[in-house]
Amino acid sequence: MIQQMARMIDEIWDSVVGGTKNWIREIGDIAMFGWSSLCLSFTKPFRYVEILKHMEFVGNQSVFIVALTALFTGLALSFQLFLGFKMFNAVNMVGPTVALGIARELGPVLTGLIVSARAGGAMAARLGTMRVNEQIDALDVMGVNTKQYLVAPRIIAAVICMPLLTAIFDFVAMMGSYLLCVKLVELDEAVFWDRVQQMIQVRFINEGLFKAAVFGLFFAVICTYRGFNTTGGAKGVGDATNKGVVTSMVMVIILDYFLTNVFIRTFYHLIGIQQ
Amino acid sequence: MMEAKTDSKSDPKSDPKQEIAIKLTDLKKTFDGKEYIVNGMNFAIPKGSLTAVIGFSGTGKSVMLKHILGLYRPTSGKIEVLGQDITLLNDRKMTEFRKKFGVLFQGAALFDDMTVLENVCFPLSEHRRELSEKEMMEIASKKLVQVGLEQKHFQKLPSQISGGMQKRTGLARALALDPEILFYDEPTTGLDPILTEMVDNLILETHKHRAGLTSVMVSHDLEAAFRIADYVAMLDAGKVLLFGTPEDFFKTEIPLVKKFVDKGMKRS
Repeated sequence: MIQQMARMIDEIWDSVVGGTKNWIREIGDIAMFGWSSLCLSFTKPFRYVEILKHMEFVGNQSVFIVALTALFTGLALSFQLFLGFKMFNAVNMVGPTVALGIARELGPVLTGLIVSARAGGAMAARLGTMRVNEQIDALDVMGVNTKQYLVAPRIIAAVICMPLLTAIFDFVAMMGSYLLCVKLVELDEAVFWDRVQQMIQVRFINEGLFKAAVFGLFFAVICTYRGFNTTGGAKGVGDATNKGVVTSMVMVIILDYFLTNVFIRTFYHLIGIQQ
Repeated sequence: MMEAKTDSKSDPKSDPKQEIAIKLTDLKKTFDGKEYIVNGMNFAIPKGSLTAVIGFSGTGKSVMLKHILGLYRPTSGKIEVLGQDITLLNDRKMTEFRKKFGVLFQGAALFDDMTVLENVCFPLSEHRRELSEKEMMEIASKKLVQVGLEQKHFQKLPSQISGGMQKRTGLARALALDPEILFYDEPTTGLDPILTEMVDNLILETHKHRAGLTSVMVSHDLEAAFRIADYVAMLDAGKVLLFGTPEDFFKTEIPLVKKFVDKGMKRS
């Protein structure tokens, strides 16, 4: 009985240690993969056309879905805040509160989630399919650096497009808020914009755009890593896409906390800005 | 375990004038540190020859091919390709070195977002940047015509053409940079008998078309291997069981080779 228990504890311990080791190794692998791919993007031949092609896919083709989400986020958030602030007779604070929340948190986070699901999933699936169909091997034996050709342009495109999409999200969400506050519940338009202008600083918007670029970097590296290292046919492609998207979305949420509360706060502290 | 047996007449090493294109010396590969997929493989493929590598499934044929292509690093041993030990090359140099190779993959591995012509142009646009777009198109068209593809298919996507045409396109792409060594990875697996014969003849014609071209074909198709290859290597358990001319295979007394040849020829 005791021996059985001891064996069980050993097994649990081994699986915990083994799992942790694998997890750490995988994080290291992903970091190395992202770093080496980015370094390769600064070597010849430069892949401008590929970068533009992927920017069109990540950026241009995401505009509609990002704008649609932003509009309804702005409307819903404003309505909830309106109901809350009405109780304190502070409905004029709806606009600036929405603006703050959108610019600093919801804009980059929701854009990150939407784009990582749409573009990140597509990246993992595309590279995974190329891997199982031997297209990546074909590129390798043609003397093409596959990381430079397939991975680096996708990462760069995501890093460039994410802040742009977040700016669109911020703008459309504020339009949604304006629509609800001014057109539907008939708050004063001048007061609405005046309050927003008073409360919002450029650095809040920059914070959100910076976070969006970091989210872009992370989801692109994770999804391309998953796709690039796909094994096992169609099931492997499905698994790679699933893992890539789920990991990216969770990373966006986790990163958001650390970027806001550790990185940006430390940065403001260092340059002497009171939060 | 039986060692590789090579007839002195057919062994390219016995002819000092014969240049060697690919030489494997005691090549070993394990992925998990326990089981050796390639377990001390030795053979030398002469320059300008057409060599078929045959064997049962799981004997290390594809792993061996991926080693020669530099896609896998060996656990131990030496791989010399055109006089260069490729195990000593770093990733960047290996990428450069691969320009000397052309590969026709089992599923052709065409880029599905590019047309037939763009697929063949791709290696040229990567490595022959001095050429104008028009010149690239001309070279690609010539290669496609050489492998027997009609011009009306040039602007089609790979999904819009048949399996046989895809193979032809894959071969034209492999030939685009005029490689010194051409590899065929199971070129006829999964094809019907008519298409199989067409691909086999295409391989033979392509090989004859260019003097000095070394061709290596990994295949299950015994009949084709004996019909078109100058040399045949049979693998078993990660080792070379026999390397020789097709005649050597019919004369051999090695039981496993005899059994493989008898069964394979009966079936075909």
